[in-house]
Amino acid sequence: MADHPPLIEQLKQKFGDGITGWNLEAIDPWIEVAPDALVEVCRYLKEEPSLQFNLLNCITAVDYYEPDPKKAKKADFEPHLELVYHLWSIPHKRSLVLKVMLPRWKDDQVGQLPEVPSVSGVWRTALWHEREVYDLSGVYFVGHPDLRRILLPEDWEGHPLRKDYQFPLEYHGIRCQ
Amino acid sequence: MASPADPASQVIELDVRTDEMLINMGPQHPSTHGVLRLVLRTDGEIVSEVTPHIGYLHRCAEKIGENLTPRQWIPYTDRMDYLAGMNMNLGWALTVEKLLGLQVTEKCRHLRVIIAELNRIASHLLGLGAYGLDLGTFTPFFYCFRERERILDLFEAACGARLTYSYLTVGGATHDLPPGWVKQCEEFLREFQPAVDELHTLLTTNSIFIRRTAGIGVMSAEMAIDYGCTGPVLRGSGVDHDLRRDGEEFYTQLYDGYAFEVAVMRDGQYPRDHKYPPVPAQAVLGDCWHRFFVRMIEIQQSIDLVWQALDKYSTTKGSIGTPIKLNQKLPKGEAYLETECPRGQMGFMIVSDGNSAIPRRVRARSSSFCNLSVVEELCRGVLIADIPAIIGSLDIVMGEIDR
Repeated sequence: MADHPPLIEQLKQKFGDGITGWNLEAIDPWIEVAPDALVEVCRYLKEEPSLQFNLLNCITAVDYYEPDPKKAKKADFEPHLELVYHLWSIPHKRSLVLKVMLPRWKDDQVGQLPEVPSVSGVWRTALWHEREVYDLSGVYFVGHPDLRRILLPEDWEGHPLRKDYQFPLEYHGIRCQ
Repeated sequence: MASPADPASQVIELDVRTDEMLINMGPQHPSTHGVLRLVLRTDGEIVSEVTPHIGYLHRCAEKIGENLTPRQWIPYTDRMDYLAGMNMNLGWALTVEKLLGLQVTEKCRHLRVIIAELNRIASHLLGLGAYGLDLGTFTPFFYCFRERERILDLFEAACGARLTYSYLTVGGATHDLPPGWVKQCEEFLREFQPAVDELHTLLTTNSIFIRRTAGIGVMSAEMAIDYGCTGPVLRGSGVDHDLRRDGEEFYTQLYDGYAFEVAVMRDGQYPRDHKYPPVPAQAVLGDCWHRFFVRMIEIQQSIDLVWQALDKYSTTKGSIGTPIKLNQKLPKGEAYLETECPRGQMGFMIVSDGNSAIPRRVRARSSSFCNLSVVEELCRGVLIADIPAIIGSLDIVMGEIDR
């Protein structure tokens, strides 16, 4: 964790506006990256000999949205989606958390999935992880070679880990509610 | 079984006219270890493309976790990797403890090592026994199950359950070990030791087994890391990485004061703390045989760890602590922690808004999920008969992949 401030300086120098924020007080300190700079930053983090974050542990999407209008007034966040990338460097035995902030819907059009560039060209772990995030949380990964649903059936509607997801009444004659 | 890379085997193939054929394998197939469906594109005996289809066992664990408090979600973690329920419980419990900034008592720490390592042995025993079955040898399966049964008996005495334990929980464990348990466990370890040598004779040095696994499904270290493979699959490719030693401090402190060697080939040598059989000449680093052998060594390492832990547990005074309340309010924040489970690195994440006992988001990063994603590349160009050998050597559990 003590290595984080110099790393942020290093990244800021290299990518400038691509690094949009950070939080070093969090339990797992994180760095926020602009969606457009994501692939470049990831490739640098992986290939730079002093960093070598060669293992992508996990991609998580967190939906910040409060469906209950009463509670939504008290919520201390604007509705948005957060993508969290957990990286690990096997040679240097250290971890890093990247975050990408996305709107819940592209251009505020409900049903239009937000877009983010795919990192599957950097780590092939992302091939399946991005499919899972697409499937369950509804994020469109631009540049993914085979973005299909992975856990749910191909004809499933909606993305269940969205907070405003409506459970279907039935699926092929099977009652769901 | 000659490998397809072997020119002698391909000459025979050239003489026979074959058509391309799509073969559906699974989801109900004995060698897919659960409900995994593979679509194979074959030309004669050679597989040119494998497409895995998963999700048949998806039970919405993450969605359910958004409606339960962390302790209520413990039983759902059991049902992920149901062959290593204790390790799943431990991983989730530690993640929540990391968010809460909670430290368990010294006695509880040793208890957790005993339980987690015993479950690792049980899980590997099943994995290796079933691997034998995949390759057509029936006997080792019974030997493995006989021993695994005794570990399940020990778990039943400790928590009342034999498969889905919910024993290790946030803040400690549900109860302490019953009187006389340590003695029973020592007795088991003493009697189990010779069984490991039997397994080496039955599988590790069995020449048919070697011919079915050595040189098959060779995965380079780069490929393993690129696909996010972890655990024995990663170490079978010669990468010296074990979270029990290299992981985050919040996890490695569990193993403070324990001596063990990571089961991996370093400079052409496996650890020499015990008498292990030699590596056969046909085996190539990263093949099915090496992945199998790493698990065999890990069984031995776990036996040693349990011995150390039993000793420390018995001599440590104090209590195992009390678990947190079922509805304890969570602080605002997010925590992610990976632990070394029998099948690889299992990661859990918890995100909390800070105003209730129910988290905003829970996430389970499954080790088998990443380990399986490699088959598309690993199974390209192999013989159909080698598919079970490769899938089996990854030792996947579908409950964990589909969650």
